Amino acid sequence: MSDKKDLGQQAFCEPETPIEWLETNAEDDYSGGLPETPVADTEVSVRVSSTPKKKGFIFRNYDKLDVTKKNAIAGYLFISPFIIGFLAFMLLPILESLRMVFSEVNINWDRGRYALEFVGLRNINYVFRENRDFNRLLFTELRNMALNVPAILVFSFFVSLVLNQKFKARGFVRSVFFLPVILSAGIMLGLETSNSLLRESQQLIQESNAMSSAITGVLEEILVSGGFMGDFVEYVLLVVNQIYNIALTSGMQIIIFLSGLQTISPSMFEASKIEGATAWESFWKITFPMISSLILVNLLYSIIDYFIRSDNSVMMEVTRLMSVDLKYDLSSAMAWSYFAIVIVVVGALSAIISRRVYYYE
Amino acid sequence: MSKNALSNPAAVMSSADRHAIISSKKYKPPKRDLKSLIERNRSSGGYLFKKAAGNAVFVVLRTALLFGLCFLILQPLLNKFSLSVMSEMDLFDSTVVNIPREFTLDNYRMTAAPALLDYWPSLFRTFTMSFLIAFLQVASCTFVAYGFARFNFPLKKFWFACVMGLILIPPQTILSSIYIHFAMFDIFGLFTLIKGSPLSLLDSPAPYLLMSATCMGLKNGLYIYMIRQYFRGVPKELEEAAYVDGCGKLKTFLRIMLPDARAIITSCFLFSFVWQWTDSLFSNLFLRSMNLMSGRVSAIPESLVSYYHNNFGRDVLPSVAYQQQLVATGMLMFIAPLIILYLIAQKGFVESISQSGIKM
Repeated sequence: MSDKKDLGQQAFCEPETPIEWLETNAEDDYSGGLPETPVADTEVSVRVSSTPKKKGFIFRNYDKLDVTKKNAIAGYLFISPFIIGFLAFMLLPILESLRMVFSEVNINWDRGRYALEFVGLRNINYVFRENRDFNRLLFTELRNMALNVPAILVFSFFVSLVLNQKFKARGFVRSVFFLPVILSAGIMLGLETSNSLLRESQQLIQESNAMSSAITGVLEEILVSGGFMGDFVEYVLLVVNQIYNIALTSGMQIIIFLSGLQTISPSMFEASKIEGATAWESFWKITFPMISSLILVNLLYSIIDYFIRSDNSVMMEVTRLMSVDLKYDLSSAMAWSYFAIVIVVVGALSAIISRRVYYYE
Repeated sequence: MSKNALSNPAAVMSSADRHAIISSKKYKPPKRDLKSLIERNRSSGGYLFKKAAGNAVFVVLRTALLFGLCFLILQPLLNKFSLSVMSEMDLFDSTVVNIPREFTLDNYRMTAAPALLDYWPSLFRTFTMSFLIAFLQVASCTFVAYGFARFNFPLKKFWFACVMGLILIPPQTILSSIYIHFAMFDIFGLFTLIKGSPLSLLDSPAPYLLMSATCMGLKNGLYIYMIRQYFRGVPKELEEAAYVDGCGKLKTFLRIMLPDARAIITSCFLFSFVWQWTDSLFSNLFLRSMNLMSGRVSAIPESLVSYYHNNFGRDVLPSVAYQQQLVATGMLMFIAPLIILYLIAQKGFVESISQSGIKM
């Protein structure tokens, strides 16, 4: 790895590029962002034919490589930290925990070691057939996810649009919306809920929620009984009732959207305004496409965050099995079958949505 | 509208001329009294008033909405604040709800004392550690994200699937394996070969620093993904121009791409910092010797009991309400530096006016 790195450093610092490179290269070299379109045809012509300079053996060889290979080397050098870390720190723990899925763990408490005995699919069978709660909890969480995530996305997008406008005390309001990121992170959530004095304030919020649900209940009766887009209205009212939870979980998404909104160049809006676009049009034609890649990010983040946050009931069951019952095998079997399902959900959704994402070319 | 524009010679002047007129002393600004306003409104076909009314309604609605949401978020904090300035007697007084009868800062003094939080020294330690870790994580993640966003290489999809796996697998589930892994640390039997025995890396910050430098820290897959999405959205012409001018790949990344990515990198840094600051998972595993503040805040009730135990004898116990009052105070002191940091870092979210070139 180390001499490869040296080579890369030298190559990166290459001061002058030969003219031939320039002419052949201007279009084809840099198609890195689109993995699906191979740069097959032009490779031969792109071969760098610079006059041999007085440099080391490796470097001369690097000069002779074609652009695809150079890109491959550069790409690997850029992602090398990840590869090293993954192989050195993550691979073995992950494999170990995967092995536990198919084995029985016998812990030897005296020596602090454990032995694994292969039992096939018994643990998986336990999770889906014998455990009373898993299926039920899984379906509840999937349903709640499907209800919550769209609300979080719309809410955070809307709030970030508002926060991106100019108004007085904007800095203050923005930092208030950053607070949920702090308040729902790490030890904070646990401290809050275990504290009886602070729980009183939670009750206060619950009460005010009860009041708002009384209001929305009346609204619901009027609108739903009137047959006015029944299901949708019901959904919106459901969201309104738990606005506090949604605000608390969408801090991160708001900031991602906000940073995306601020990288859209104002001159785009100016140009469209001069061409006569209304604010509504420029929102759908500029803001929305430019931010669409971050919508995908936020969607994935919200789903994953919902599934693996520590107060998710399936995760609670997993940690209970591990830390209370000390059944490491069953716990990791449950965790991995849960992830398999989550990965299917995330993969399907991102496959559907990433087709519609617009990348600025 | 157009009729007005034609009759008004200023409309067809160049901007330099107009500027000369406005800055000369003879120029009088157009009258802004009510009469002329009504006049202008009529000539615009009612558009002026309609627009002003629309704007006013919009501003009022926006202010109400933001006020409500801000209050919703701030309410728990305000509640903590009012608890933290109450005296202990006020907690048992049923007539006191939010405003203390006796305003006092004793709780802050008590919480900052060496027996409980040991505030300033542990603040310094926590800050250094979080800053270092966040810096390492974001730096390595930016490199990796750029590699994924812009280069084609064999097995790219496989490695990216590994990144996604890193996002999806919560650390709790593999924590016990990680613990054993680091208690007997060995890369493919390498250390056993050299030293005869595997290394024990627990209870020192070194393994976690290494993990951070190689994108394996808390939620690092997410940062890679976010920054990659950002880089994919940046037009390639900027880099192509740099290559044409003879800039190498690394230099292009550092000089052209990084400055543009300031906003997303700042936000990733903030997340990383905050999550490290409040983390208990990895901190308990690797950084226990550092005695960080997150551990101390959660341990306030126990340390208070032992403080009473040592100073006032065996039988004296602090009341539960007092313990929890101090926890609330400690939480405030715990997150105050994060809020200050956010206020400072917010300048990183500058608007992208300075971004030049093709990006219009």
